[in-house]
Amino acid sequence: MKPKLSFEGLHACSGCEMALLNLGEQLLALFDQVEIVHFPLLMDHKYGEHGEGGALSLPKADIGLVSGGVAHTEHLLVLREMRRQCQTLIALGTCATHGGIPAMRNEWSIAETLRTVWAAGTSDNAPVPCPGSSALDRVYSIDEKVTVDVSLPGCPPQPQLIAAVIEALIQKKSFQLPQKSVCDACPTLREGKKKAPAVQRFLQNADYHPDQPVSAMRCLLEQGLLCMGPVTAGGCGGKETPLCLRARVPCRGCYGPVRSGGNQLLDMMNGLASNGIEYRSLVDRKSMLRFSGAHGLLKPARKKQ
Amino acid sequence: MAQVLTIHPVTRIEGHARINIHLDEGGRVSDARVEIAALRGFEQFVIGRPAEEIPRIVSRICGICPWMHHLAAVKAIDGCFGVTPSPAGHRLRELCQVMAHIHDKILHFFFLAAPDFVLGPDSDYSVRNIMGLVRNDPELAAQVVRMRQLGQMMLERFAGKAIHPVAGVVGGFSKAMSQEVRHSLQRDGSLLLDFASSALEYAKKKVFGRFREEMQSLGAITTGFLGAVDEQGNLQLYDGLLRLMHSDGTSVDFPASAYEQHLAEHIEPWSTAKMVYARSWQEGFSLDPEAPRGIYRVNTLARLNVCDRIATPRAQAELEAFREQFGRPAQGTLLYHWARLIELVYACERTLELLADDTITDPAVRNPATPQAGRGIGHVEAPRGTLIHDYTTDANGCITKANLIVGTTHNIAPMNLSVRQAATSLICDGKCDAEILNRIEMAVRAYDP
Repeated sequence: MKPKLSFEGLHACSGCEMALLNLGEQLLALFDQVEIVHFPLLMDHKYGEHGEGGALSLPKADIGLVSGGVAHTEHLLVLREMRRQCQTLIALGTCATHGGIPAMRNEWSIAETLRTVWAAGTSDNAPVPCPGSSALDRVYSIDEKVTVDVSLPGCPPQPQLIAAVIEALIQKKSFQLPQKSVCDACPTLREGKKKAPAVQRFLQNADYHPDQPVSAMRCLLEQGLLCMGPVTAGGCGGKETPLCLRARVPCRGCYGPVRSGGNQLLDMMNGLASNGIEYRSLVDRKSMLRFSGAHGLLKPARKKQ
Repeated sequence: MAQVLTIHPVTRIEGHARINIHLDEGGRVSDARVEIAALRGFEQFVIGRPAEEIPRIVSRICGICPWMHHLAAVKAIDGCFGVTPSPAGHRLRELCQVMAHIHDKILHFFFLAAPDFVLGPDSDYSVRNIMGLVRNDPELAAQVVRMRQLGQMMLERFAGKAIHPVAGVVGGFSKAMSQEVRHSLQRDGSLLLDFASSALEYAKKKVFGRFREEMQSLGAITTGFLGAVDEQGNLQLYDGLLRLMHSDGTSVDFPASAYEQHLAEHIEPWSTAKMVYARSWQEGFSLDPEAPRGIYRVNTLARLNVCDRIATPRAQAELEAFREQFGRPAQGTLLYHWARLIELVYACERTLELLADDTITDPAVRNPATPQAGRGIGHVEAPRGTLIHDYTTDANGCITKANLIVGTTHNIAPMNLSVRQAATSLICDGKCDAEILNRIEMAVRAYDP
């Protein structure tokens, strides 16, 4: 009997599902090895619902994938049911593992966010409605709510790695996740000499020759641009050049911290300081946590008395 | 006894939604609602951020169409900082935007929508999906999967990242295109154009021809339409004027920067999503199925209705044939699928057109920008409709205010009307089964929410 696979997206954007589909024909081969029992983007399996309490039921599965963080009560119901029914639960993508971009809302209270969102724009009336009432106080990564067996960060995660992990689980083999930082696979030239004492905003392009490969471009951090590569988990480009660097653009940290339990903001500030770079020159330092604001790292600022 | 039928979740759509159908004591549909989960708070958490970072943040609104949010934001931030991108910068952005339409349309038609038609609306839920298509027609399915992947890989090859892109930057683009990459994209673009043409032929035969009646009747409503055109009235995806068309075919053109004069957002107490309506019609907003007010639609069918013509030959020929059959504006809800495949042909043709122009390899891809106080409104036509990003910055070039109107928001009100229409015409005496519920979902899927 084929192993059963279940997929759910919580507070997410479907980008993780797109990464999976980007496997192309390899995906068809992968799907051929499993029985898909639940996958709302691709198939019509519905939630079973019992009674008024809203308890919902999902089928049992050997492998469960969950993308997205937890931001509403419904997410929590779905996530707990996924955990209950799935033998191995994979947190897929940075929203699931660290909150991701949606956890940037953790810098505001839910009441403030609702007010801003409903007031924005050209609304004809603003009876601030009840729908926000199912929103949780903040956005959580899924490991804050249930036990996770495998964490596969990335915004989105690299398709080949998703496939390799699922494949290994099907065949009951062990697998290795990348342990190194973005810089490890980055071929840019590091001269070790700092160029700029301050960090520049990305308002003009990096210094590079359009006809030459990335390996001929100087490290963007050394060029005075904020690049989160040193503190960010690698693997976005497989063993090849990290994806943002291919576009000649600095890393913003979308795989979350390279150090398990690390804090991208503190780690990066330490790194900058030890290189004599004035971190106070940075506008909006909290943005260094833009992908990892769950686990209580981003919080509403305390109101000044 | 009065009861509520629930479809939860609506499947084979991009977002999260549920449908509640209310039946009265006589088993007649008294109301039907599509509830879309929308609250994520982007308008809040972009506040205070340096504006040039925004295009890399708001791309996460949608992982299927991240290029659309990325580029609408980039265009808006150009406006905040008062910078005009170089010609090559503009061309490269448009190229990526039309290429991003390609995978999206293949995804929607074949992975999400086609199973209803090819395997049948009444087929079992366990086979009515892309895996069922694979078993039904392995050759076609393999080609579809390969072609969608090719569209994405073309973007990745040039712009580094296809999902959640980073190469659009205030003032232009981060990277110039080499001749080598240009030629490889031309080669693959031709493959995609051939595929697009054959996909449309396939669909005419196997889908539209077999479901002739449903194309016009399922979820049918009469509304206005909104899309974008250039000054000659040609279909536009990346730029151009907005054209708001009344159901009688009369229309008015305006720049996206004037959107607030023509559109307004309405809040229904039961919905977490705002609904946009045509303010300039001065009739207000109503979801009353007998007398809806202010309702227009966006997305593929809307764009084909509002444009006078398409500037590329194959798509134009298809548009003419389409109009001959269905008139202008065409109202049939399932015609969205047909229009989607015509737009797929256009996106492929436009890709090749942009690659044929030598500006595309000009190394002057970005003009430097200086942060300043300002307001910028960026618009692109996303696969799911007219997308507007509106930002205001302070003197330090950081965001103070944001308003985002995403494609699906315009279609929420009409989707509600279509679902109500479908439910009313399909459910008799309270009798409902899995096939009927799926047919009601098909009315939603046409909008690709």
